[in-house]
Amino acid sequence: MPALKSAPSEPRKGLAGRVHGLLRGRSVVIGLPYGWLLAFFMAPFLIVLNYSISEMGAVRPENIVTLGDGVMKLSIKFGNYLAIFGDALYVKAYLSSLKYAAITTVVCLVLGYPFAYFMARAKPALQPALLMAVMLPFWTSFLLRVYAWKGLLDEGGLVSDFLLATGLDGWMAASGMIGTPGKFMNTPFSLVIGMSYTYLPFMILPLYANLAKMDLRLLEAAADLGASRFKAFWLITVPLSRAGIIAGAMLVFIPCVGEYVIPELLGGPQTLMIGRVLWDEFFSNNDWPMASTVAVVLVLLIVVPLAIFNKYQAEAQERGR
Amino acid sequence: MKADSRSLIGGRFARNFGRGWLLAVFFFLYLPIFTLIAYSFNNSPLPTVWGGFTLNWYVKLASDREILSGLWLSLKIAFLSASASVVLGTLAAFTLVKYRRFGGRTLFSGMVSAPLVMPEVIIGLALLLMLVAVQRATGSDLFDRGMMTIWLGHLLLGMAYATVVIQARLIDLNPQLEEAAMDLGAKPFQVFALITLPLILQALASAWLLTFSLSLDDVVISAFLSGPGSTTMPLVIFSRARLGLNPSVNAVATVIIAVVAVCVTVGSVLIARAERRRAAEINAAQRGGG
Repeated sequence: MPALKSAPSEPRKGLAGRVHGLLRGRSVVIGLPYGWLLAFFMAPFLIVLNYSISEMGAVRPENIVTLGDGVMKLSIKFGNYLAIFGDALYVKAYLSSLKYAAITTVVCLVLGYPFAYFMARAKPALQPALLMAVMLPFWTSFLLRVYAWKGLLDEGGLVSDFLLATGLDGWMAASGMIGTPGKFMNTPFSLVIGMSYTYLPFMILPLYANLAKMDLRLLEAAADLGASRFKAFWLITVPLSRAGIIAGAMLVFIPCVGEYVIPELLGGPQTLMIGRVLWDEFFSNNDWPMASTVAVVLVLLIVVPLAIFNKYQAEAQERGR
Repeated sequence: MKADSRSLIGGRFARNFGRGWLLAVFFFLYLPIFTLIAYSFNNSPLPTVWGGFTLNWYVKLASDREILSGLWLSLKIAFLSASASVVLGTLAAFTLVKYRRFGGRTLFSGMVSAPLVMPEVIIGLALLLMLVAVQRATGSDLFDRGMMTIWLGHLLLGMAYATVVIQARLIDLNPQLEEAAMDLGAKPFQVFALITLPLILQALASAWLLTFSLSLDDVVISAFLSGPGSTTMPLVIFSRARLGLNPSVNAVATVIIAVVAVCVTVGSVLIARAERRRAAEINAAQRGGG
């Protein structure tokens, strides 16, 4: 293991001394978390990958590489992947996961950007309390907060009654957010509400961190040069907060794509998400190779947004120093 | 200057709009929590119809074996995984901040932060498949699905969060303090125990609280890694919530929210106070020394 390369240490005598030398300082500090991650993060992934491309034996996947009669045979099975891309159900589930994650991201941005902006421009003495108030729901159980929406959106629930009173449900049904007027649960609407509600703090916090650091003298300069407030906001504040927008958007988008609990509790037959498909493959169909294949494709889906996120994080850190 | 820059942001209309927006979003954030609490006192068989005040659901809760044993198991797992996450997270954060160069650093930093964004269904599935493979290869029942395996899963997730929190603190640390100790002849471990550790203690406390609450809340990883007889509280709640609205869930929720609100408030006040005291001490020491 490359990580265990120990620091140059003074020569010691005897086995005990050498073991002691290996167990000290740097190599333990690096080796312990490294080894743990290799064993419990890396290895499990390789096993998932192995399941997705192996011929299944009676109880476990056959070896990919077999040696016999002086021949090394490499057998990789693509059947599972062909099945996924050939089956409309899987393709639809992937696409609708991406769609609902994207809608949720936009909703969070629309709600969260003005919120973070006004929070960052509030009286400095007030800001820690506002920040605390955003964080507090985050600390209370995520599962229970999602469950609470069930009560609000179900027939007779507060939000449901409110929407019925305003008569918005007819318009929502016409635009496809809900199936039939008057029923809000288990629709795209309830799913997006639940996901936006859960992930809104992930949008607000990076945006706030970014907007609070902005140099307000730039706006002063813009005003001196004759820009209106709105123009200054649009041409200076928004472009400067780009890193915050991207960080927030990715922090909302990435977990939403693979979300399971919210679609299960608030979503319905119209909102098939890939997390639920994976779950059903595993728990209902007991099809481990297929579940593994779905997982591998899901990882591939989030790799691109993840790379964007890491790039901007690195840039933001560089600037922060 | 301050007043000027404030007026640059907008006039009275913009200020009122801003206040309104903040209030509206806070309303959105807190509405579900307050209705959850309110309906736990609802004396009605229909979960969305208000039928007067009662403590009935709490009385029932006190004798609900399934919830209570789930809660006890969840608390044990959360305690163990938070403690182990902080230890591993400290080591990982220390590695990332102090050792700029070692073989496989990119792989390491990637693996540390990956669980933060990896869908939980994948983490659960991957760990389960591996534990099954180990079990088949060795024939031991050490990795039978149960408390131990759930703990492993939560530790994987918790370590990633703990590392982020502790890393942020380590980066902010003034390196001169550690250098001074080394100049005075302290061994690396002494420097860590006597200088670094007290300085990052608050970060360790917040990381512990965060990973504790994450573990207490987890459904998906636990579902993959739990076996018969090891049903955590979120799994009980989830299976009831799946079937529909259930006032017993509201009562549990209220208890949890009350406990968490008290713990977080007390915890963050204590952490903030300790932070201020330490900053003042460091200031005083630097003035005294200079």
